[in-house]
Amino acid sequence: MTTYTEYPPKGYRVRISTYWWLGRWAYLKFILRELSSVLVAWFVIETLLQVNALIGGPGAYQDFQGFLRNPVVIALNIISFFFILFHAITWFNLAPKAMAIRLGGKRVPAILIALPNYAAWLVASVIVAWLVLRG
Amino acid sequence: MTKRSNEPLLWLLFSVGGVVAALLIPVHLFLFGLAFPLGWLNAPSYDALLALARGPAGRVYLLVFCILPLFHWAHRFRYTLYDGLQIKHLNELVNTFCYGGAIVGAIVATYLVVHIP
Amino acid sequence: MAEQIALEVTRFSPERDKVPSIQAFDVPLRKEWVVLDALNYVKDRVDGSLSFRWSCRMGVCGSCGMMVNGEPKLTCATFLTDYAPGPVRVEPLKNFPVMRDLIVEITDFLGKLSKVKPWIIRAKEKPLSEGEYLQTPDELDTYRQFSMCINCLLCYAACPVYGLDPLFAGPAALALAQRYNMDSRDEGKSERLDILSQHDGIWGCTFVGECTEVCPKHVDPAGAIQQYKLTATQEWIRSLLMPWGGKR
Repeated sequence: MTTYTEYPPKGYRVRISTYWWLGRWAYLKFILRELSSVLVAWFVIETLLQVNALIGGPGAYQDFQGFLRNPVVIALNIISFFFILFHAITWFNLAPKAMAIRLGGKRVPAILIALPNYAAWLVASVIVAWLVLRG
Repeated sequence: MTKRSNEPLLWLLFSVGGVVAALLIPVHLFLFGLAFPLGWLNAPSYDALLALARGPAGRVYLLVFCILPLFHWAHRFRYTLYDGLQIKHLNELVNTFCYGGAIVGAIVATYLVVHIP
Repeated sequence: MAEQIALEVTRFSPERDKVPSIQAFDVPLRKEWVVLDALNYVKDRVDGSLSFRWSCRMGVCGSCGMMVNGEPKLTCATFLTDYAPGPVRVEPLKNFPVMRDLIVEITDFLGKLSKVKPWIIRAKEKPLSEGEYLQTPDELDTYRQFSMCINCLLCYAACPVYGLDPLFAGPAALALAQRYNMDSRDEGKSERLDILSQHDGIWGCTFVGECTEVCPKHVDPAGAIQQYKLTATQEWIRSLLMPWGGKR
């Protein structure tokens, strides 16, 4: 029994460039969406610093407010805000894809799953704002 | 039956963390990161904020708010490093950095929340 | 309308060339012509050695997938006039090794497809004497969309993860796994999950979503994969809480 040599040859492989994600607008949007997670982590760190300042007393907390007013921090927070919004909007729009909910034999349209998410977002934001702002 | 991987747990943490981040971070970032420092809205006093944070509900909220989005970051960033920088062969290093980082953050968060006076 | 349009085609003969190159041809720009017609014009009248796959020329066989101006397309369903004044660049499907000219090696996909066991799995086959399986239209509807896949591999060309990670199962294979998982006649959900819940099965997917965008049959493989992730996670939780539950 002769051994079988694989033919045709394996073929020419095109090497994927490190900048593959610049090749299509859709890929760039995807990478930006993924990088929003870095700014999520940044804000968590900012919040931990805030809790740390709360523990340190009124003086430490005042110093932390000063830190937050630093133009570099403000700029970072502005950028983070846009990225967080991007994360939230893409998240709520994509979440229905994972849930194939069927009612009465027909698939519930994606928007009917996305809208309650947006509503929850609004309600949660209003509640947090009210709790924080009432002083 | 081959041993099933633990990816579902990591994906679950990523998903829940993503929901927490999407629902709560925008308003927090807007208030504490922009509106108060820039003077658009009156910031709450130190005492008011402490009162919110020190109650049991406040502590649990802070734990959820800080820990879950970190695991969301860990999972997402791990795959971004795999795909973006094509360093999947360094996956041991990447996993340690990402999930290890999230665990460290969780420990720090727990320590801080427990020590709120 | 202009008489002609430039067609730039990838040429690669493994016995002669080290790397692929581009060759340009002028083809007639006819209102009703698709890119496949242009390729066949070249093969019939200009250069008979141009190699490419095609069959049904009506978008149901999945043979003629190629990159047209950087987008994965079925060349039998892509009109030349959409690219006027041209040129139209036709390249082999991305993320697959190039065998010759516009022909790619799809053995990897075929291996992954058989790995997901795309057939009805039953614990015990129903004997013929017991009659046919019964399925309501609603039960059919749960998996119908995923059954529309023609294995054209445009989704694999669009998926950056498949290009970067050789172990990833890929959109079409996973959509077809889900097609059988959702089929009321199938009992193989657990068996497929064992195979696909490994790290290189479904978990490589980062929901870029381009696979769904390019699919010519609107299969929505991205949706199938996300649903599968949810199912796999539910199964994992269940096996954690009820390890005695046994295979479902």
